[in-house]
Amino acid sequence: MNFDFSDDQKQLRDQARKFLAEKCSPKAVRVVLDGKAPYDKELWKGLAEMGFLGVAIPEEFGGAGAGHLELCVIAEEMGRANAPVPFSSTVYLAAEALLIAGSDAQKKKWLPAIASGEAIGTLALFEGKGNPAPKNVKLTAANGVLNGVKKPVADGGIADFAVVAARTGSSGRENDISLFLVDLKAGGVEVNNLTNLDPTRGQAELTFKDCKAEPLGAAGEGWSILTQVLDRAAVLCAFEQVGGSDRALEMGRDYALDRIAFGRQIGSFQAVKHMLADMYVSATLARSNSYYGAWALSTNAAELPEAAAAARISATQAFQHCAKNNIQVHGGMGFTWEFDCHMYYRRANAMALGLGSLSYWEDQLIDRMRKKNAA
Amino acid sequence: MNFDDTPQEAEFRATARAWIGANAPKQYEEELRKSSLGRTVLKNANILEVAKAWQKKKADAGWACLHWPKEYGGRGSSPIERVIWQQEEGPFGQLSRMFIIGHGMCGPTMMAFAREEHKRTYLPPLASGEKVWCQLFSEPAGGSDVAGLRTRAEKDGDDWIINGQKIWTSGAHYSDYGILLTRTDPTVPKHKGLTMFFLDMKSPGVEVRPIKQASGASDFNEVYFTNVRIPDHQRLGEVGDGWNVSLTTLMNERSAIGAAVSTGFPELFEYCSSLMLDDGPAIEDRAVRSKLANWAVKASGLKYTSMRAISALSRGERPGPENSIGKLVAGSMIQDVATYALDLQGAAGVVSGEDAELAGRFQAMLLRAPGTRVEGGTDEIMRNIIAERVLGLPGDIRVDKDVPFNKIPTKGRG
Repeated sequence: MNFDFSDDQKQLRDQARKFLAEKCSPKAVRVVLDGKAPYDKELWKGLAEMGFLGVAIPEEFGGAGAGHLELCVIAEEMGRANAPVPFSSTVYLAAEALLIAGSDAQKKKWLPAIASGEAIGTLALFEGKGNPAPKNVKLTAANGVLNGVKKPVADGGIADFAVVAARTGSSGRENDISLFLVDLKAGGVEVNNLTNLDPTRGQAELTFKDCKAEPLGAAGEGWSILTQVLDRAAVLCAFEQVGGSDRALEMGRDYALDRIAFGRQIGSFQAVKHMLADMYVSATLARSNSYYGAWALSTNAAELPEAAAAARISATQAFQHCAKNNIQVHGGMGFTWEFDCHMYYRRANAMALGLGSLSYWEDQLIDRMRKKNAA
Repeated sequence: MNFDDTPQEAEFRATARAWIGANAPKQYEEELRKSSLGRTVLKNANILEVAKAWQKKKADAGWACLHWPKEYGGRGSSPIERVIWQQEEGPFGQLSRMFIIGHGMCGPTMMAFAREEHKRTYLPPLASGEKVWCQLFSEPAGGSDVAGLRTRAEKDGDDWIINGQKIWTSGAHYSDYGILLTRTDPTVPKHKGLTMFFLDMKSPGVEVRPIKQASGASDFNEVYFTNVRIPDHQRLGEVGDGWNVSLTTLMNERSAIGAAVSTGFPELFEYCSSLMLDDGPAIEDRAVRSKLANWAVKASGLKYTSMRAISALSRGERPGPENSIGKLVAGSMIQDVATYALDLQGAAGVVSGEDAELAGRFQAMLLRAPGTRVEGGTDEIMRNIIAERVLGLPGDIRVDKDVPFNKIPTKGRG
């Protein structure tokens, strides 16, 4: 049995970690956090040069053609560094949607641009409150023209193109939904930036008014494609969350060793030790569930839907738990703007909502486990 | 990344599977499969006899104590082969429970510290299940603080005279031998005055009194020693070095990898899949689904953590203290799962035994679960291990560390 990443993949992880430690310090993250830039353009360029943006994109479309396991190890490092770039929206959502359902022409147009860092993409799914569900898609598509409002759209304020979920039928079922590809710079879309929990990754409202769009995938297949995209993104996001969990745990551990109170390192108090031990436990369970997700994703296994939901839940819980208790270990310092704890706390809680909430994924997991048991 | 065996592993698995298929006591398979934490009983057979027979059969064919050297009754297998065996043995592995302490802890301690002649005499019948061993460490005053024990050993010519009391001794009532940690010098700090022995449990002066547990079962015992004589050649390690010897034992206790940890989740999921609540099937209730999902990811997290550890074994690496999380997570989870399964039964959940829903499976689990959180290191000790050995945090402050044992206070108040 070899349920682990290969030496080459681990080397890639080290390489990404080293690169991000240098190019994505907390100070660099703060430039975006403080609103001085919408994202870190230099870092984005650097990621493209390193080949990280196109690591899972086939060579014929300008990528490195390595695969999803390689993308997982990079995702972990993006989460560890809290990178202020549109990585998840472009690479996990837009690129994966293109890989699953794009025509040859669409892939040729957008995938090389993603790999080279020239195009930022996103997925426009949500319309206000509510979780992913066909009935929550109200934006309409008729004769290749979209009308409606999407919000929140991750990185919608800086994206060049969006994959948009639209209603093309009226039966109220899944096959009412189709996907469209929209060039956001071509007019017909009004973009409003929204303030949000995690300013290091922007959110926007996109208003489509008689906006021209081309279909992505077959008509009526939208929901089935979306489900696959969300499952893949759930695994990849889980690795970001695992990276974030580990970093938050490390920060808490280091502070517990440095800080003296009542004449001792606070890490010698059992209450603090046990809090950190529990953080380690949840981060470890999340890592193991995510590895299973990575295996299912990379082999396109029938277990992917279940594995993706488990990775999503476990990693969301772990990141929230570690980020929250990292602040607690830091005491009063922990909730100052000056210390970095809140950046991970923000990211953990924003990521918990990005692909649909925790309760949505809990529901999905049980459905999928039942289906497997019935099969 | 894959779950595949290497060619050698696959060959070993096939051989093991074929032998188990041809030799295991199949008539008990269903009962063993359905037994949950807190209850492994065979309706029409004495489980001790069935277990001994299965162990003997394994030993005769060279399948006992896989990781032990051959000359002591083992097979000289690699750690990964031991894991594969456990996977293949499946529910029949339940029958090994009464040998766990002997095989996992006493045997390795004997191998490290006993004289060669003793190893050759005592280890093979331990491996084959003909003789059962127990471990006499815990005392009323020394549980998590093992080194706080008070059982005395005093030198008398070539013998030692033992007086004192042990407690929580699993299986002492059917054990033939035991390893015993004693205090030989109360005037030095507690870790420095301990010495380890092994002894015949039938020795004059040894009295075993079963303890009735909260569950009603009696798996544990109190053991009293009144002027018990142990010859000096049955000493394990040097006089005063008992603490180091016991660390060998305890490290072996916590390094069991790959055995499926019981979490209660498969049982709960199965139950919820068929249970009807007032408003419809339990599995369709939002609150039930949320609870199930939370436990599902803990159970799968443990499963794949263990797969990662097995992969490390497969590469020839030794798993570290991070594997303490299995018991820590599973222990409180099984308790919570049992509580919730009873909650779903409403007032009927109070009925236990054969009259209860599912023949009292969850009630038995509930009453046994607190023990899992204590035995082999409490939840608190497991958290300390993770904090200190994995995360590198400072050890607990020990105010009695440099105090002679006989000067350490014995009462909290007055």
